[in-house]
Amino acid sequence: MVNKASRRTNPLIGNDSWNIQLDSKGRLKHLLTIEGLGSEILTSILDTAESFANVNQQRVKKVPLLRGKTIVNLFFEASTRTRTTFELAAKRLSADILNVNISTSATSKGESLLDTLQNLQAMLCDMFIVRHSDSGAAHFIAGNVAPHISVINAGDGRHAHPTQALLDMFTIRRNKGHDFGRLRVAIVGDLLHSRVARSQIHALNILNTGEVRVIAPKTLIPTDIEDMGVNVFNDLESGIRDADVIITLRLQKERMQGALLPSEHEYYSLYGLTAERLCAARDDAIIMHPGPINRGVEIESRVADGARSVILDQVTYGISVRMAVMSMVLGREPEAADAEAHA
Amino acid sequence: MSRLLVSNGLLLDPVTQSVETRDIYIADGSIIAIGHKPDGFIAEQTIDASGLIVSPGLVDLCARLREPGLEFKADISSETVAAASAGITTLCCPPDTDPVIDEPSVVELIHRKAATAAHANVLALGALTDGLEGQRLSEMAALHAAGCVGVSNCRNPVANTLILRRAYAYAANCDMTVFIEPDEHWLSAGGCAHDGPVATRLGLQGIAVSAETVAISRALELILETGVKAHFGRLSSAHGVELIERAKQQGMDITADVSAHQLFLNEMDINSFNSMCHVLPPLRSQRDMEALRQGVRDGVIDAICSDHQPHEPDAKQAPFASTQPGISAMETLLPLTLRLVHEQLIPTYTALSLLTTQPAAILGINTGVLAENRPADICIYDPDQDWQLDTASMLSRGRNTPFAGWSFQGKVRYTLIGGKLVHASA
Repeated sequence: MVNKASRRTNPLIGNDSWNIQLDSKGRLKHLLTIEGLGSEILTSILDTAESFANVNQQRVKKVPLLRGKTIVNLFFEASTRTRTTFELAAKRLSADILNVNISTSATSKGESLLDTLQNLQAMLCDMFIVRHSDSGAAHFIAGNVAPHISVINAGDGRHAHPTQALLDMFTIRRNKGHDFGRLRVAIVGDLLHSRVARSQIHALNILNTGEVRVIAPKTLIPTDIEDMGVNVFNDLESGIRDADVIITLRLQKERMQGALLPSEHEYYSLYGLTAERLCAARDDAIIMHPGPINRGVEIESRVADGARSVILDQVTYGISVRMAVMSMVLGREPEAADAEAHA
Repeated sequence: MSRLLVSNGLLLDPVTQSVETRDIYIADGSIIAIGHKPDGFIAEQTIDASGLIVSPGLVDLCARLREPGLEFKADISSETVAAASAGITTLCCPPDTDPVIDEPSVVELIHRKAATAAHANVLALGALTDGLEGQRLSEMAALHAAGCVGVSNCRNPVANTLILRRAYAYAANCDMTVFIEPDEHWLSAGGCAHDGPVATRLGLQGIAVSAETVAISRALELILETGVKAHFGRLSSAHGVELIERAKQQGMDITADVSAHQLFLNEMDINSFNSMCHVLPPLRSQRDMEALRQGVRDGVIDAICSDHQPHEPDAKQAPFASTQPGISAMETLLPLTLRLVHEQLIPTYTALSLLTTQPAAILGINTGVLAENRPADICIYDPDQDWQLDTASMLSRGRNTPFAGWSFQGKVRYTLIGGKLVHASA
């Protein structure tokens, strides 16, 4: 119908959004989304993270891989865990890291996102780690920075949070082995607003997970989410039946205001992960949560702190996984085009 | 007396559906004869239209010129020059200017600026409610007297249905057509893309089809009760087309249009967060796009408009949801519509009727046809010329278009307004 041959997409955004993260040799230049990445890249990130996990066990937790590189943590949205683990990862790789927190009020003073970027770019850095409340913000930034700068998405709107999904895959692999084909993974909670869930779904499907389920009330299930390769459940108990991995998502309190839910209490009574309900899952099922957790809203303390919970392991693994991504992106041999841009 | 001859052109008359090589004789702004030379006619200027198609000038039901209020984006002068180059001789601007077109002085300002620019006839719609705020009626009789061809509340909500019913009744009383951009505000607020698989994947807030269909259904009931003459603009969904079709079958006197881009783009085109495809109503599914095309083919949709919304570059330079919606679209109106002909969806005379005769009838104006004693508003185009859209050569101040680099066949060569040549290109 539409003549694709006669099309040219916006050069500022790139000709193919999913491939703007790869360089001409197919190596990772930016990490914006899990979507479109091959299983080889995902696996090699996880393998690299495995080697850094050993570094993190040593007494001197530092390697000189990124010495002389400057990384900017560019956070337009508040974050503690993600920002600090990126910072720690950068430091363990011997890079210099700068934290820039730009509250929304600063940009509403009139400076556009593009102006902010150009100012930071003038400070000659090598990598931006970006968190922003707009979906697509990381793509926009990657499409507008100088060619030698890499961008890592630390969460954009409801769209993607690729390093979180990678550390979740790492956690699953450590606990359940390399064969995802045997696994049944259930994601419970506010799918509608969750960038973490979207990235997890892509990652799980790229790694050929046996079955990916999502569980939420109809008001929190995005339209046509089945197209992403998941089975939808509106009932918790049937959704987690025989699951090997259960990932609970954070429920933000403001969801009561838009008439998406009547109350936290009713949500907990229907979708809260309690020890009692957990009986439906497999005996060796692990419990994950991207944090921060709301005890008594989406998860019972007994479950969050219980033997099957790997929630704190996720945080620890986050450092190794972020080290892996940063070192792979910044450790590439420069391309001809990059070299020219430097000259 | 200025006399002008358009010779040897292939006259395409959307009304009689005829195509014939005939000369057009123009004097004092009007067509005085077609085919036979009036006694004593001596042309001061002759346009050789050999091998070219001569059509009525295009009538665009929705073009935002950004004046008054947003002159940093575009103005009446820049946009009417672009219109002339695109074969558009009459365009209708909606009332959501700043200040809003809710009093005669704003209408007069627009008419005066357009007369000075002298490149296109500019008509204005008045506001349905005061300030488009949906609370009080506008002075529709005064707006009518000032020359407004209809009233509209654009996409601004009239939350109280009783106020909407009274506004329709009062419009009927003033003999004003209501131009409706169907949108149920509470269902679309905050959204920027069709509520479907692409928006879900990209994490963009969706706008469900019900935002359009709830608004159409509510309006239809009120039109039925008040007897107001109504036009539905910028349909975007299969179900929306269905509701209009059913209402027409039941004998309701309503009309509808679609913007040209809705016939060529769908939700897949925003895949790369392409802000050039950020439009309202949003680009919907492939199935919706097909239904809109069928609606055009079957006559459920009466007109194709540009929905022209020029922007400065910065307006599109941000993450998708934060960009401003709209396409600078006048210069692709005829090319895209002719593409429907090349794709064998509709014959040429239907395409031109959708751009000329039918929108003119909706506006109740006497252009849109080639006939004796009618204004000489004429578009002459080369049906065979191949060209590629290069945004740098666009005349609109806004170069925000997703059609950059597209190949088209058919290019405007001359445009006449009231017998005056306002555009000529090689």
